[in-house]
Amino acid sequence: MTPRHLRWPRIVAACAALTLTAACGTTSSDDKASDGGFKAPDLPMLQKLGDPEGEVNILAWPGYAEDGSTDPKVDWVTDFEKESGCQVNVKYFGTSDEAVSLMKTGEYDVVSASGDASLRLIAGGDVEPVNTDLVPNYADVFDFLKDRDWNSVDGQMYGIPHGWGANLLMYRTDEVTPAPTSWGAVFDTDSPYKGKVTAYDSPIYIADAALYLMKHEPDLGIENPYSLDQDQLDAAVDLLKDQRGLISEYWSDYLKEVQAFTTGDSVIGTTWQVIASVAKGEDVPVEAILPEEGSTGWSDTWMVSSKSDHKTCAYLWLDHIISPEANDAVAEYFGEAPANAKACDIATEGFCDEYKAADADFAAQIWYWTTPIEQCLDGRTDVKCTDYGDWTQAWTEIKG
Amino acid sequence: MSTASEGTRHGLSAVLHRHPRLRLSLLIGPPMLWLGVAYLGALGALFITSLWGQDSFTGTVVREWNLDNFRILWESEVYRKIAFRTVGIAALVTAIDVLIAFPVALYMAKIASPRMRQVLVIAVLTPLWASYLVKAYAWRIMLSEDGVVSDLGGLLGIDTPGYGLVAVVITLAYLWLPFMILPIYAGLERLPDSILEASMDLGAKTGHTVRRVVVPQVFPAVIAGSIFTFSLSLGDYITVRIVGGANQMLGNVVYDNVGAANNLPFAAAVATIPVVIMLVYLGAARRTGALENV
Repeated sequence: MTPRHLRWPRIVAACAALTLTAACGTTSSDDKASDGGFKAPDLPMLQKLGDPEGEVNILAWPGYAEDGSTDPKVDWVTDFEKESGCQVNVKYFGTSDEAVSLMKTGEYDVVSASGDASLRLIAGGDVEPVNTDLVPNYADVFDFLKDRDWNSVDGQMYGIPHGWGANLLMYRTDEVTPAPTSWGAVFDTDSPYKGKVTAYDSPIYIADAALYLMKHEPDLGIENPYSLDQDQLDAAVDLLKDQRGLISEYWSDYLKEVQAFTTGDSVIGTTWQVIASVAKGEDVPVEAILPEEGSTGWSDTWMVSSKSDHKTCAYLWLDHIISPEANDAVAEYFGEAPANAKACDIATEGFCDEYKAADADFAAQIWYWTTPIEQCLDGRTDVKCTDYGDWTQAWTEIKG
Repeated sequence: MSTASEGTRHGLSAVLHRHPRLRLSLLIGPPMLWLGVAYLGALGALFITSLWGQDSFTGTVVREWNLDNFRILWESEVYRKIAFRTVGIAALVTAIDVLIAFPVALYMAKIASPRMRQVLVIAVLTPLWASYLVKAYAWRIMLSEDGVVSDLGGLLGIDTPGYGLVAVVITLAYLWLPFMILPIYAGLERLPDSILEASMDLGAKTGHTVRRVVVPQVFPAVIAGSIFTFSLSLGDYITVRIVGGANQMLGNVVYDNVGAANNLPFAAAVATIPVVIMLVYLGAARRTGALENV
């Protein structure tokens, strides 16, 4: 009996070894990506639209592709489906990191990428250049959004600008008095709201701390919150580690943040306009403000997957989503400035003034999410800056 | 034709009859292959991935052999802290579940009437039919500032613990309780009543009988249950996201590295920690002889 007993483990081990060799077999063929530097892979763009393929899979920020299921009045997808014959499947994501890893699956045709995702997608070969001639509405997009360093490489557009906005400070008006005016309200270690502060759960939130330090600790010499050398990153991390003691929870799921503000488990913290709107819609007494330090923010771009099987439908969606009607509807629902100048003609009166949609100078004051890389974005050449990998590591340490 | 095919079939069964080894390998070959390839193979692939690196900008896996991931794990304090926290939570959840499950199982197996026993078994099993997420979110709502816990606890002067480690332990202990009750119940059911009677006849009091007769007999069953509660808690990341406030466990580090940072090699390296802990735990359980009863 004993010899046979011994044989089975050996067979199992042989099976396992076989699998290992199979897995290792791919080792050599893989090409190495460039180290931290930026290089766009050579990918072709679409030259001509074909017949709509019948469906399009959309990866979007929450609220960017509403089909009336959240609120019957909020719908700019159903008409598109009827006109184009493209069935729309939507997947919402909570952070740019999630978007980048989901795009790698190749299952999505278009994505609404913020600046901290777009360059990583381009460098990873996950998205391809966009032929703007095939998107008629592109002509009406504000000029200051075209050919920017987060949506183009060497003058070639990699997507269609969607809109932009700022991260806001939200607070419960019945619990937080006096009303805050500065981001200091979420960083003050003596805060009366200790244990009820919330913050965004992504390494990119380090930039919010860096922006605060940029205004309050000029000695650190921070010029750009996304361009931090090791000392500056350490200072931001220390600030966030102190803040960790105040945090009730970090949020990345926008509905969970709405719920936390509804129950009062969170009373102050960073937010998007759309979250404040949803909370107000549920009669939660909240207010969202742009603090005096200014803010980080986003400028989003619709991009086309290089692995898409539905490129015609993808381009039809690109054109639809920045059409004046749809662009205005998204912008007003999400609470951001629309990209299409004509959207302002049909928007609710005063909306575009409120968001300063046409104001290029104002737009320049927001620190748009962008991916930190080794080469300092503020132009310094005498030091090496920390890259997104360092930020990710730091973020884990902050959370502890 | 028919004779020919009959002949083959006859020949095949004759061959099988003559070669018991062949028969055996055909019978258990496919399941073993599944175990070997899908189960152990996945573990092997996990380990191999953990020896690779990642391009931090594009997130693509760089297939160069190195031990950097394990070096980071070993050197940075934060991961050690998270690992200890996770083991602590798993141990606490297991201990709480044993304390609750033992009396319940004892009542079910030895005291309750047959009818009551059926009702109790169903009552223990019913929560397993509801979705994990529903139960975790139910605890989130109950433990919130204006939830049931603070309302009812307020009458007794207790406030809700709020979202945090306490909430995680409560929720996990609730979620995995059936996995502890059932093995202990099965173990107690196998314990003959005559042994208990003999103990009583020899003059042992109830407490003494439980301590000296029942507990040693069901100890292997408790270990079996603890393997479930311990390993399930060790790998959990959803409960801590829902009720854990700003805390993180090993599962969250894995999840964040897969979902957020897209650093699969590092996630694989982190994922080997619970595997190692479980191997140590199973080794210890084997020494108690409990594994033969699982």
